[in-house]
Amino acid sequence: MIEKCGELRNTALLLGVFVIAGCGGGDGGGDAAGAADAAPAESPVDAATAGNVAGMVTFSGTAPMMAEINMGSEATCAAKHSTTPTEEGFVGGENGGLANVFVYVKEGLESLSFPTPTSAVVLNQDGCTYRPHVLGAQVGQDITLRNSDGLLHNINASPTENRGFNVSQPVNMDTNRSFPVAEVMVPVRCDVHGWMNSYIGVVDHPYFAVSSPDGSVSLDGLPPGDYVIEAWHEQLGTMTSNVTVTTGGTTEISFEFTEAMAGSPVPMGEPIDLLHPDGHQAVDH
Amino acid sequence: MPVLQNVSPNGLSKKLRSSPQCVVLVALLLGVSLLAVPGDVIAQVDGQVVYNQWCAGCHGEDGAGAGPAANTMLPRPRDFTLALYQVRTTSSGELPTDADMLKVINEGMPGTAMPGWEGVLTEAERLALVDYLKTFSRFFQGDPPTPLDFGRATSGGADAIARGEEVYQMVECWRCHGEQGRGDGESAPTLNDDTGFPIFAADLTENWRFNGGGEVGEIYRVLRTGLDGTPMPTFSDIVDAGVITDEDLWSLAHYVRSLSPEDEPEVREVVTAKLLTDTPLPQTVADVVWEGTERFYVPLSGQIVVQPRWFNPRVDAVWVQAVHDGRELALLVSWGDPSESPDTLWTDFGGQVVTTMGSEDEGAATGSGTADQLVVQFPQELYEGQERPYFLQGDTRRPAYTWTWQSDIAGAFESIARGMGTAARQPDSEQHVRATAQHADGEWKVLFVRPLDTEGAEDLALTAGQAVPMAFQAWDGDNGESGSQGAVSTWYFLVLGQPTPVAVYVAPPVALALTLLFGLLVVRQAQMGSGMWREPDAAARAKRAAKRRQLAGMAVGVIWLGMAFGSYQNSRAGWEAGYADLGFWWAIIGGLLAIAGLGALIGTWIHTRTSK
Repeated sequence: MIEKCGELRNTALLLGVFVIAGCGGGDGGGDAAGAADAAPAESPVDAATAGNVAGMVTFSGTAPMMAEINMGSEATCAAKHSTTPTEEGFVGGENGGLANVFVYVKEGLESLSFPTPTSAVVLNQDGCTYRPHVLGAQVGQDITLRNSDGLLHNINASPTENRGFNVSQPVNMDTNRSFPVAEVMVPVRCDVHGWMNSYIGVVDHPYFAVSSPDGSVSLDGLPPGDYVIEAWHEQLGTMTSNVTVTTGGTTEISFEFTEAMAGSPVPMGEPIDLLHPDGHQAVDH
Repeated sequence: MPVLQNVSPNGLSKKLRSSPQCVVLVALLLGVSLLAVPGDVIAQVDGQVVYNQWCAGCHGEDGAGAGPAANTMLPRPRDFTLALYQVRTTSSGELPTDADMLKVINEGMPGTAMPGWEGVLTEAERLALVDYLKTFSRFFQGDPPTPLDFGRATSGGADAIARGEEVYQMVECWRCHGEQGRGDGESAPTLNDDTGFPIFAADLTENWRFNGGGEVGEIYRVLRTGLDGTPMPTFSDIVDAGVITDEDLWSLAHYVRSLSPEDEPEVREVVTAKLLTDTPLPQTVADVVWEGTERFYVPLSGQIVVQPRWFNPRVDAVWVQAVHDGRELALLVSWGDPSESPDTLWTDFGGQVVTTMGSEDEGAATGSGTADQLVVQFPQELYEGQERPYFLQGDTRRPAYTWTWQSDIAGAFESIARGMGTAARQPDSEQHVRATAQHADGEWKVLFVRPLDTEGAEDLALTAGQAVPMAFQAWDGDNGESGSQGAVSTWYFLVLGQPTPVAVYVAPPVALALTLLFGLLVVRQAQMGSGMWREPDAAARAKRAAKRRQLAGMAVGVIWLGMAFGSYQNSRAGWEAGYADLGFWWAIIGGLLAIAGLGALIGTWIHTRTSK
């Protein structure tokens, strides 16, 4: 489903509303400030002419019920939750907002290259849940895997474009890893706690974000031009939208996921198979 | 060139790059024997041909691990397109080295359907396979991976094992592998591999089934590298972060190794039931008698003869111990099973197993959650010429007599069966077997007790000294096993130890007395030679006599040493057969004979020397 949102608006106020709770880039990964952190000579973006993309990710229909997680065997984690935690495959907010949607520029930046941020993004294991549940990082950027629970977690990443890893953390500690190739998305799981899973979107530029609980999302500091923006949800699949960013303007964007999309194929990085250039043959499990 | 037929464009260009024809030409021109250059030999073997012939049946021609036979396997065959390899010397997430891949091809993956190919394929074929497997993934196009530096092994011993146990607790191995290492940890029921198939946490008490090898160095390697594609993570980072030291990790490896027997258990045909004379027959699984009773290892495999079949048995072996007191037999059977079925924590896991196995056999299980079960099987009677019933619960001509224990009912019951699934429970008046069971730390222990002779017409009578065929079948309900879908053993023999014959008590003292007497004679003979008993004969005669005595003394010494060796053999046989008294006496006799023999040799030497 492709939706064009090329209309310009005067969005100074609107932007103020949307800033920027859901920005997934972490410390400097996901906005104009992030791009500006790096050495200016390498920065391909002129902040004076850059524009923004901002809008909402919504869901219409009956929201799927998320199962409650029984943390009975894990008192330390259970104590960190004031209400019974539920699985996070679908997190909706007020007014139809849809959280945990990874929104990023899929096409339109091919001619540019961006420096690798020197600061890390953090995937925190806290209360036997991943915080955040969906995370973005740039190619090569350090991803700090943090155990804040003081009990055994393993962080088992199973990408297909990148090499994975499976790291154990029996105590509170940080471990850094990074991915050298862009891949949307890299699934991450904890085998010790079967309910714990997370997704990391790895892209080769700083224009990505994760929708906040109210569904708002924005990509800031984009050079003027035409882009294809993709929104990825772990249960509802993907939607794309073509936008035009103008100098200093903010282009509105909206992704409307629907109940009918439940069970759609959710693309992950596909392996490249030399013997079968037509694509990876799905294994019938 | 036949080699160049039927290859993909990629394969063709690869062939042309390595250009075996060119190498052959150069080798011939130089007069070098082609066989002396291994690289050229390998170049002549087409890895794809070898792969398609030997590997594709399970791994699929496309390498995706979904060959025609894959559906009956759990864990599934490796999907080579993912380039995820468990057994490596490289960091988690790195590719394996060629040597790593060759090791698995050579040795196979114990506990899975993957056999070792060392004796089947030539070295050139196996090396060509390594090269071919790498063509399934673009990841191998980069730089070759660098093996980790594993440092030096620590020496082990009790201290290292004790420290290793602390580390086991600290890094929380028990979460999956369980407190006693039997794969029964609280996270075990939720484990999946990277392709979404259910996977068991390894039973650490069976190191001969470890993927990648069960010795200390191999365990340490797995701790450092993890088993990629499975839930087993690497522990290298916590060493790097200073949470534990490298020595701690070695200690952990020593501890894990200590959970398994020193040697891989040997399969023996005969299970002996020791006769208890002084101790009462044990009535519980925890009786101290069992600690001193020999354990017999009985491997089991999936029942794949009768439909519906079962290719994924959870119980890979049972351990059998037996004693009797002349009136009753006590048979203790122990085996690893992470759950006391039906256990709701394992319901999803069992369901996944059943779905994954996807049996199309008629009557195949569609869910899990039945009881655990053990059947001990005997022939209904001892048939002519040692003929045994069909090993799957008998046949119509030779029925089987069985003891059945189930985790959801108390005790056990006796049945007569004429084939799998035909067991008919005997009437209550004919029920004589009693059973008690205990499940703890991922292990079942079931104790059967039955009178040797029940005087029942349909019950097999057990007689001391007589070999009785015996077989075992086991089911793990939480693994989706029931009916004919379980694990079975072949026939073994049970032999009840006999009371020690009276001769055993008489013969040793008699032999002892004779030995002493003989010894005294020899000493006396030697003393005569040494001049205590002088004879006024001519010097030549004395010299001849001395020579004679010397030979006689030496001969006696050698004969005694031979007898000592024989006694040692008897002693060993006695111990092994469970007759400690026989073993003891023969050891005493052997010791005395050895002393006497050595004494005779040394004495003869001394005395014939001094007589010169």
